[in-house]
Amino acid sequence: MGGAIAIETLLATQTLWHAGRSAAIAADGEPTGHAALDALLPQRGWPRRALTELLLPADGVGELALLMPTLARFTQAGATVALIAPPYLPYAPAWQAGGVDLNHLQLVDAAARDALWAFEQCLRSGACAAVLGWPAQADAAALRRLQVAADSGACLGFALRDRRHADNPSPAALRLVHAGAGAGAGAWQVRKCRGGPAPLQAFAPDPC
Amino acid sequence: MLWACILLPQLALDAVLRRLPDPARPLALVGGPAQLRTLHAVNAAAAAAGLRAGMRLTAAHALLPEAALVDHDAQAESRWQQFLAAWAYRHSSQVGAQWPGCLLLEVRASFGLLGPWPRIEARLREELTALGFSHRIAMAPTPRAAHVLAGLRDGLSVSNPAAIRELLDRVPVRRARLPDDTGERLHRMGLRDLRSVRALPAGGLRRRFGAALLDHLARLYGEADDALTLYRPPDRFDLRIELGYDVESHTPLLFPLRRMIGDLCTYLSIRDGGVQRFTLRLEQETAHTDVDVGLLAAERAPGLLFELTRSRLERVQLERPVLALRLIAHELPPFVPATRDLFDVRTQQNLPWPQLRERLRARLGDAAVHRVAPTCDPRPERAWRRVDADGGAIAPAPPRPPRPAWLLPRPVPLRDVRLRLVAGPERLESGWWDGEDARRDYYVLETSQGQRAWAFAPPGEQGGWMLHGWFA
Repeated sequence: MGGAIAIETLLATQTLWHAGRSAAIAADGEPTGHAALDALLPQRGWPRRALTELLLPADGVGELALLMPTLARFTQAGATVALIAPPYLPYAPAWQAGGVDLNHLQLVDAAARDALWAFEQCLRSGACAAVLGWPAQADAAALRRLQVAADSGACLGFALRDRRHADNPSPAALRLVHAGAGAGAGAWQVRKCRGGPAPLQAFAPDPC
Repeated sequence: MLWACILLPQLALDAVLRRLPDPARPLALVGGPAQLRTLHAVNAAAAAAGLRAGMRLTAAHALLPEAALVDHDAQAESRWQQFLAAWAYRHSSQVGAQWPGCLLLEVRASFGLLGPWPRIEARLREELTALGFSHRIAMAPTPRAAHVLAGLRDGLSVSNPAAIRELLDRVPVRRARLPDDTGERLHRMGLRDLRSVRALPAGGLRRRFGAALLDHLARLYGEADDALTLYRPPDRFDLRIELGYDVESHTPLLFPLRRMIGDLCTYLSIRDGGVQRFTLRLEQETAHTDVDVGLLAAERAPGLLFELTRSRLERVQLERPVLALRLIAHELPPFVPATRDLFDVRTQQNLPWPQLRERLRARLGDAAVHRVAPTCDPRPERAWRRVDADGGAIAPAPPRPPRPAWLLPRPVPLRDVRLRLVAGPERLESGWWDGEDARRDYYVLETSQGQRAWAFAPPGEQGGWMLHGWFA
């Protein structure tokens, strides 16, 4: 056989897929809690053991509302969720109203320099079910480290970054861009998703 | 109990020699006041050329001008004794380092783990040779007897109490390590061995030589208990090596560095700990440069640590010559060797949350990791509190209208020309009891960027917005 590899192996490992035909991908994602978003994503949920990037035009556009069902489910199940150097104070009554069990929500204060380190440590440790970070200064190499750390720690990593990074390549398994104000206000567009072409439709959460 | 005594006859010299790349070159330690410099110790090559301890420096210069001279550091000896005590702690849980120039180990308790005495002895010798310290080892049922035997002959070991008594009886008084100059005085009185000393009436001995001699003899023969101060390993590692010459490039630093890392790892394996962060301090004339080494997980493999430190060190620009190296490790976390189950699919680095939290706190500060909990106060800035300690279930907050997930640490003015009112007002009037009363009308606003803001205005007004949170 020499160096020949059967095409089925490549298809099975998802390194190769048919354009236009949605590859048979195991729907093993972590449910997002939004049925419409689950339907858009190839794994039918957040990719496990991977970094997800949320690209925001500004803070406070609904990024937490998007994550809240997942975080609520994790914390209620007793798994730890860590916030690494959040930009504002997580307002305890609101998080509790969102269903998060605050006993399992850990906050880590860190300066910008140490925040990446803390983010990676939390991802890699395997002690957390999900880790949220705000890596403002992270470059592609740092994001790759985070992605690898999320993989080795079997953890969901969420990197919340500014939308101007959307055009830069990123090793994250899933990238969601917030449309901002104007046309399609409040909608999330899938920029990249591992295991399939990015869906064209945007996901608009229910107005609250 | 059986005590092994490790005599370190040239501790100060070995400590210097072991960090030199070529220990065979003639070398002498110099001590004494500046006007009267004398040799403190010499190595074999220097001794072969005729140099002796106690010789004047000028005489040594005349005999062997090319001999390397190193200043004798009086404190180095006890520092190295402590280091070796740490090393010995690996072989025995009872280690005494209170007598200068020797170490005592209780070995009987170690037989079960490490094997019979010849095997332990071989192991001690092998490791001491690898560490670069010359030594004499002896074993006896009491610490003092072991000390005496080590001075008599290297490798002597007697475990039978009757045999040791007989052997001690024949020890010359000058070699019995009697307190002060008692041995010499007894010898001049014509008493040759311990048997004849012990045959003398105790009352007379006590009058002439004091109680110390009788105490010593009783402890030597095991008739009285010998209370040793046992060694306790310290909780931090701090090792300093003076280079003795100016180093302006990286390469000459690597040899002492390898020794230091090796010593660190020896120490870590004794503690059964690892190291995650340590600092290599390059001491210069007036300042010092710190090279911080941080690892993702606790490690204690010398090769790995050396390579890591070396790569960090080589990135440092040496602007001034380096005079000394110092290795400081404050945090010595427990070392968890990477074990992998045959069928384990879970990540091998799986770390429980408490350990992860300790690691984060170690680097970011003790207060860095915390939780939040709601309180009953209606004022938003007081409706939450930090929870630093573990435990204590967090109670639910009283029901209130929708609150933002992000709260600003303090309200800031919200300036936006295109604000859209979404909901409000919610009148909040509270806090008259503690002097910080708040009267505000809270509104939910939408900014031009699509953010949902939680802002307040003075009661009855709709302007002068103060932003207090984001509905994220």
